[in-house]
Amino acid sequence: MNEVTRDAFSQALDRRTVRGRSLYVDAWHRLLKNKAAVAALIVLVVMIVLVAVGPMLSDWDHEIPDWDNYSTPPSLETGHLFGTDALGRDLFVRTMIGGRISLLVGLVATLVSLLIGVSYGAVAGFFGGRVDNIMMRFVDGIYAMPFMFFVIVLMVVFGRNIFLIFVAIGAVNWLDMARIVRGQTLSLKNKDFVEAARACGGTELQIIRRHIIPNLLGVVIVYVTLTIPQVILVESFLSFLGLGVQEPLTSWGALVNEGAQELETAPWSLLFPAGFLAATLFAFNFLGDGLRDALDPKDRL
Amino acid sequence: MTARAPVLQVRDLAVHFRVDTGSLFRRDYHIVRAVDNVTFDVHSAETLGVVGESGCGKSTLARAILGLVRPQGGSILWQGEDLVGISEEALRLKRREIQLIFQDPSGSLDPRMTVGEIVAEPLKVFYPSMSRLQIRERVAGMMQMVGLSPDQINRYPHEFSGGQCQRIGIARALVVNPRLVVCDEPVSALDVSIQAQIVNLLKDLQKKLRLSLIFIAHDLSVVRHVSDRVLVMYLGRIMEVADRDSVYYQARHPYTRALIESVPIPDPVKERQRARRSLEGDIPSPLNPPSGCVFRTRCPYAIDACADRVPPLETLDDGSQVACIRHEELAEKWTREAESDPTNNQVSS
Repeated sequence: MNEVTRDAFSQALDRRTVRGRSLYVDAWHRLLKNKAAVAALIVLVVMIVLVAVGPMLSDWDHEIPDWDNYSTPPSLETGHLFGTDALGRDLFVRTMIGGRISLLVGLVATLVSLLIGVSYGAVAGFFGGRVDNIMMRFVDGIYAMPFMFFVIVLMVVFGRNIFLIFVAIGAVNWLDMARIVRGQTLSLKNKDFVEAARACGGTELQIIRRHIIPNLLGVVIVYVTLTIPQVILVESFLSFLGLGVQEPLTSWGALVNEGAQELETAPWSLLFPAGFLAATLFAFNFLGDGLRDALDPKDRL
Repeated sequence: MTARAPVLQVRDLAVHFRVDTGSLFRRDYHIVRAVDNVTFDVHSAETLGVVGESGCGKSTLARAILGLVRPQGGSILWQGEDLVGISEEALRLKRREIQLIFQDPSGSLDPRMTVGEIVAEPLKVFYPSMSRLQIRERVAGMMQMVGLSPDQINRYPHEFSGGQCQRIGIARALVVNPRLVVCDEPVSALDVSIQAQIVNLLKDLQKKLRLSLIFIAHDLSVVRHVSDRVLVMYLGRIMEVADRDSVYYQARHPYTRALIESVPIPDPVKERQRARRSLEGDIPSPLNPPSGCVFRTRCPYAIDACADRVPPLETLDDGSQVACIRHEELAEKWTREAESDPTNNQVSS
């Protein structure tokens, strides 16, 4: 390094270097202009905070019944904000606890599918040819297996366990993710900058890590926000069938199931969990739509 | 031409692609000879221009030299060492010495990386032990050298114009101090005014860093401006290799002549006056090239003998090479024509 460039470098540091706006910063600004997405984001943050701290604020416990109040409607006097269920358990606390499980299932199962799906799909798409063929036929094979059958087999072998629900849903959901990521990778790997990276001496794995995966993130983020509600729904469906979480633990799906049975005598026991579930699903879907618009590179200025 | 040692010697290089044409039940394929029987040298600190129409194998040639496509035959001797047939890993390490500049300035830059990261990438690959500060210093110096301000180091490619993006591409190629830089149509996607800037930048850098350049283009005037020698390709084969001035003033191959005659003169009066003999027809399909001389289907001077065998690349007294069986009689004919027709733009210098 000679003196001239050294000087130029220190000069450059003295002048404050201009901070570039990355595509993600741009996308974030665009997202903030989308009212529905911002509202969805606020709803989700409130929901997560509520679910995390809500049970601690209440005097009641999700397992222990209030012996004086069976199936009472919501009231401030008794302290049961959302009323109680047929066994006298506080519905507010149960809805919050159920929310924890539902959101956790959504996040963990999505994370599992994200990790497996992205690496599997990126490798299949990037190497192409026979590797791609074998890997994707394997995906087709698993895809053909009926989901309910898969869940029931797992239940029989391992017993009923909340952990199994994560595994089961994650293990099925990564297939979609792998397919989307593979398609995206196929189009990315023919871009000039991948060739440029190869000409710069990058190894295949370096190219996947440094160029392919960061460029996949836009699509993946959108897909994740749309997968979380889908997973929450699947869990609710399993719980509704009695294959999900077990008493005294609960989830939004299980609560909706109980509430549906008492709809005529205690409508609040359906209304509150269903409302929370619907609000969360709406919020995730609006956020996903907003992200898709914000990350669309055709919109780029 | 002084007796400088060649850094790169390409001998009988052949790159073929398989194109599957079979249906679901029948397997069938054609061979496309994208580059066939190509032989040339690149000397230290010289610029070799490569010209030819679209689809004649220029880019494939560039990629073969970098080892991005594997040739089917021939050899690429880099400072005496054959790059054909060495392992992928050894080839990867050779790319420190041979670098590539791309045609599409913004497409060759990763949109998710800052300029600093893009230029630093080859450094990180080849010198993993370099500290962050050293890398930053080198990148900033490089940016200055290609005419970018170092305080733009944290910006992203989409914030730059096409010409600036090409400067970033040049900085990335030169940051590891390569000996040879292959420029694959580096200015074709740019405005004419920007083209001049980039071409002059490349020339300056070449002088400063004593680089060898292979400059691929389809624009003859650009090639003329930068090259010491010019190689003319058609349908994957070499038609003519000669010093820049002999290509432009006394082209020996009918194809080279046709190319030069098709360059517009930036003077409307002269442009209207000159007799123009443009080429008829399109390039034949590389799936099914003509027998013998590949140019004979469009050559105004083709005779029956042209179809019989592939014309060899003959070396002439002045060192230029030409692949045409009639080059001697045509040279005489053109000299006579030039003497009798003063408006002809083939000025003999």
